[in-house]
Amino acid sequence: MGYPYSHPKEVPILSRHFGDPEARTLDGWKARGGYEGLKKALAMSPGDVVGVVKGSGLRGRGGAGFPTGLKWSFMPEKGSRPHYLLCNADESEPGTFKDRELLRWVPHLLIEGCVIAAYAMGAEHAYIYCRGEFFEASAVLAGAVEDAYGAGILGDDVMGSGQTIDITVHVGAGAYICGEETGLMNSLEGRRGEPRVKPPFPAAVGAFGMPTTINNVETLCAVPPILANGAEWYRQWGTERSPGTKLFCVSGHVNRPGNYELPMGFPLRELIDDVSGGIPGGRALKAVIPGGSSVPILSAEECEACELCYEGVEAAGSLLGCASVIVMDESADIVHQVMRMASFYAHESCGQCTPCREGTTWITTILRRIEDGRGTEEDLDTLIELSEQMTGTTICVLSDSLAAPVLSSIAKFKDEYLALIRRGERLGVA
Amino acid sequence: MAENPSPTEGVTLTVDGREVTVPRGTTILQAAQAIGTEVPHYCYHPGLSAPAMCRLCLVEVEGAPKLQPSCVTQVAEGQVVHTASEQARRMRTGVLEFYLLNHPLDCPICDQSGECDLQDYVFAEGRERGRSREPKRVFGRDDFGGDVLFYGDRCVMCTRCVRFMNEMEENPLLAVVERGSRAVIDTFFEEGLEEASWAGNVVDICPVGALVSKDFLHKARAWDLEHTPSVCPNCSQGCNIELHTRDNLVHRMKPRYNADVNGHWICDYGRERYEWLNRTDRLEAPVVRRGGRSTAMGWKQALSLLRERLAGRGGEGVKAVVSPLWANEDLAGAAALVDVLGGGSVVYRSLRADREVPLAGYEGLARRRDLAPNVRGARLLGFDRVGDEGGQGGLDEIARHKGVIIVLGDPLDDAPEGLGARSEAVVYLGAYASEALRSADFSLPVTTFAEQEGTFVNHAGRAQRFRPALDGPGAARPAWLVLGALVEALGGDRAPRTARAAYERLADRVGSLGGAPYALRAGSPSTSDPTVRAGG
Repeated sequence: MGYPYSHPKEVPILSRHFGDPEARTLDGWKARGGYEGLKKALAMSPGDVVGVVKGSGLRGRGGAGFPTGLKWSFMPEKGSRPHYLLCNADESEPGTFKDRELLRWVPHLLIEGCVIAAYAMGAEHAYIYCRGEFFEASAVLAGAVEDAYGAGILGDDVMGSGQTIDITVHVGAGAYICGEETGLMNSLEGRRGEPRVKPPFPAAVGAFGMPTTINNVETLCAVPPILANGAEWYRQWGTERSPGTKLFCVSGHVNRPGNYELPMGFPLRELIDDVSGGIPGGRALKAVIPGGSSVPILSAEECEACELCYEGVEAAGSLLGCASVIVMDESADIVHQVMRMASFYAHESCGQCTPCREGTTWITTILRRIEDGRGTEEDLDTLIELSEQMTGTTICVLSDSLAAPVLSSIAKFKDEYLALIRRGERLGVA
Repeated sequence: MAENPSPTEGVTLTVDGREVTVPRGTTILQAAQAIGTEVPHYCYHPGLSAPAMCRLCLVEVEGAPKLQPSCVTQVAEGQVVHTASEQARRMRTGVLEFYLLNHPLDCPICDQSGECDLQDYVFAEGRERGRSREPKRVFGRDDFGGDVLFYGDRCVMCTRCVRFMNEMEENPLLAVVERGSRAVIDTFFEEGLEEASWAGNVVDICPVGALVSKDFLHKARAWDLEHTPSVCPNCSQGCNIELHTRDNLVHRMKPRYNADVNGHWICDYGRERYEWLNRTDRLEAPVVRRGGRSTAMGWKQALSLLRERLAGRGGEGVKAVVSPLWANEDLAGAAALVDVLGGGSVVYRSLRADREVPLAGYEGLARRRDLAPNVRGARLLGFDRVGDEGGQGGLDEIARHKGVIIVLGDPLDDAPEGLGARSEAVVYLGAYASEALRSADFSLPVTTFAEQEGTFVNHAGRAQRFRPALDGPGAARPAWLVLGALVEALGGDRAPRTARAAYERLADRVGSLGGAPYALRAGSPSTSDPTVRAGG
């Protein structure tokens, strides 16, 4: 069952029960085969669980695409210091809305994934850090956690295994930067949500100064089916380097925006034209941001042969990110869209690092001025230089995330900037 | 706190083409400092944690994919670092332009001007012209309480002040509020720094003119001030300081780095109390009182009359009362005079607070209970404490004393009526005119510690040397010089001709002070002479 739309080309593994209120309940979830993966995992050694996840080739769904099993194996041996698992449910990348649906419809899938991951890494406590605006989602999740405690799935004897695994749902205050893994840790600890300098890395010094692994909601939700069905089963979808299925969040100029779970490597054009119902009014495609607002913009030509997997989108000149596909047709005003992104990043910068604190705001004011018809051609050089100074120079990648769309939009849509600067004319009609 | 690397292991790296070997765990920034290369930085301060957020200290490390923050990146064997490569310089120029985006460029009216890291760095590596055409963001001015005034528009958001309050004073009265370019340092509503005891340090460590002292506001330009290494006179901790002077007036006191005594810090109590050094009601010439008349005269004549007066006296015993605001050399001179007159009792009076005020994050540093710098020195020299915690009283015996009374420094403001009326002679060596001692037979003008060289012994027994920052008024001379001449005239030891000679004499007298030679004990960088500026 898809939600709000479904399509026959989908491979619904994580999203199978979207829109099905019964699946939210513990009984409903069990009736749908829930907690089978966990049962299997508890019968294995933690090292073997890590081995299965490694074998599946699952890569982190939060944006960076780091191999999940490998990440888990970085955790030190269980010793006297507590280990923590963090689940990043602070989904706030513009264009992304997959984790919210997972939390809303299949909370027990996430709990199951968390318990398996915690077991595999020797963590006795998992924190699910929920975005502050996720009122309904966090309430659903909290209810599910309570039910799981009641059924002995959580607590000091997980499903009779003798393992202690607790889950705490922590709701943030709605800051984008708290989705950055170390910013999230600071926020969880009650500090300002500011990313930390790495090294030390979380596996050595993470939440509360203890060894910590942090995974995205979708990553952890992919774990129970992998444990239930095996690594090879998962690898039947996707590509060699990007195995499995992925939730694609399609928004913008399409007839049926929404979440679609597709095998990795699915053609981008097919996602737009077929699965998402095509562009309204038969208008032509202008640009696509394939992985959430932080990645370079693809021109329509670059979209043609683009396959939606980590290596495919990279080959096309952008990044898969968290697979948030923002579609813009010929009516879109690129300068305005980039300005909106810039405003977002300027608003969400934590303000620690100078290039980001000052740069995001400066870029925003320059773009506003260009939009107002008071720009100069030198402004474009300034924007390019500022973007370069904001790439690779800060603690986290927030400033890089603005630099990418600025640089790519100037490289690919310079005529739109020049039309505004020279003639005060908008090439899009957004 | 920066971690102290283990000194056993050496790591050799190359910084700007120069090889340097430093202990493992040293940061690149510290390694560069070791060979005299300063990597520009704001957020890093050697006395605080390093958040690596100003991004000014980024340097090129061969083999690293991007520029590395030198303040937190530890050295590695064989590492090749370029602090001034084109890439590193370009980055700094860019970051400096970011800093100037909203900076008001009000150097002509800014107290920091002349000792401002933003001014210096931009002058060295900034763009000739900024490219910003946008209006500046304005935060304005805020009274942070205590002595601290905040100019938000000058702030570079290095958060040194916030970290000082968190990590050193351990009283988080300052915080960053808001985020992004709206972020600003602030207090919690109306709750300011007035309840803090060490907040003045945030003014010192602010690399720009964002936090300034109300007391110093618009009083002097930094480049007009002379800096003299000294020791804080306001308690027995003995914090190393600089006296900043202009036109023979002290304008402010600043901490001077000494890892063993006060680190980079001094307390507000000490910092605020320098005005007494600028008092104008000073004794300027020796005054001799004979037959109910006071006569000012030169030293030669006054000392000659004093020698005549004292020669052969002392049968009744001598009583001396001194102030531990005076140096060891001076106090030893007083003790020597008592000795040459046949001995007697020597006492001191001083102010004591009811409690210590420690700096929580720096072990061994506190505003001590003894509110004078040389109490320990006075005790080592054999002086006993009399009087109350307010530095008053305890004078009854002295008032009735029939023998010679010698007073050094203490103006005995609370003395009983008729003090010394029955004594053989009252000799007052002081800096200030004293009502109680108006009828002293001899009033001799001496310099304060700020006007002479000498040593104090702090609460922990550490002798620390200070240097003259001001010229003494009129004929005022150091007490050790006056007392030395007098002792020699009365048939005692030859008078010391220099402060150093006076110290060595003292070291002979009190073994525990003389553990090391003068230059080393009192003049080495780790004890007294400044090599490291306060601030980072």
